[in-house]
Amino acid sequence: MADMTHEASVPLAGQPAGAFDRSQLQIVPLRGLPIVGVVLGLLVATIAADWGWGLDFFHVVGGGLWTAIDLFVGFVVGPIIGRLSIPARIEFSARFMPKMLLLMPTLVICTMASGWQLGHHLGFTDASYFRHGWIVASYIVVGVMSVIALGILEPANLAVLFELKKPNPNRELIAKLMKRFIYTAGVTGAMQVATLVIMTRIASA
Amino acid sequence: MKDMPDQDSLPPVTEVCVAAMIAIIAGGIYMASHLPKAAATTLPIIVIVVGFALIGWNVLVLSRLREFSWSSFWLVGRWALLAYVVIGGMLAFVFVRDGTRGTQLVLVTLMLIAYALIIPMLLAFSVARYQPPDDY
Repeated sequence: MADMTHEASVPLAGQPAGAFDRSQLQIVPLRGLPIVGVVLGLLVATIAADWGWGLDFFHVVGGGLWTAIDLFVGFVVGPIIGRLSIPARIEFSARFMPKMLLLMPTLVICTMASGWQLGHHLGFTDASYFRHGWIVASYIVVGVMSVIALGILEPANLAVLFELKKPNPNRELIAKLMKRFIYTAGVTGAMQVATLVIMTRIASA
Repeated sequence: MKDMPDQDSLPPVTEVCVAAMIAIIAGGIYMASHLPKAAATTLPIIVIVVGFALIGWNVLVLSRLREFSWSSFWLVGRWALLAYVVIGGMLAFVFVRDGTRGTQLVLVTLMLIAYALIIPMLLAFSVARYQPPDDY
């Protein structure tokens, strides 16, 4: 084992290879837009055709990814970002946040639109459904998550990206906004635990 | 040129947008929880009026801002508006597809319109508040 560590030669100081050039930062990754367009087109076609498997697919895959990413970002990535140095946070955010800006709204709309349609077909959205209380609880959880994500998290995310585009970004402002991002990601992660409880409760009915 | 406007001098546009969002979401949950029966329209009408009144108040206070990065505001606002018109349109499509009609459809559509206005306004303001003001 000791020999192996002697043989490994990794540069630890100086400008790292492939250092991020902030002037090239794309706030919305344009290459991802056609993919989003295709996904949304398929979602519309699935809903229009009332395609059962497609609705299931969009809801399960979209919801699974949404929940998993929220939990992972809230409880794993968030605390790690919080312990990074400010330059490291900046570099991480510049690479990470544009992708989230495109990915998360797409997952949310896919999950919600297909979920609503699915619930309608299965009778879950009907007020007479015997576990209607759980369904209403899911609406409330999604509502709270929407307010946190769209009211606090997403604006902070976007403001950080615009700050990073400046020739001399305000590090204090970035640190402040990142803190907001980290805390709200934790709260949405916790809300996703509630989603898991509700959805498994409904599925086991 | 200033780096950014004095943050304390800016109106509470973010807070008002969040309040409007909460009102609209609460109305949406109330209506959805009564399906397939039509929910009483009083509460949804109240939240829609409150939502649009808050949007109107924001437009008013924003229109009075002089030292502000309007270029950033419109840059973010127009793209966010496009995105949320698509999202709102897809949700409206689902409601129509599910047979929502009449007053319920009008109320849901108004809520979606309010939603599609609030979020771009919130995102645009959140970015522009930290940008150097435009020359005026």
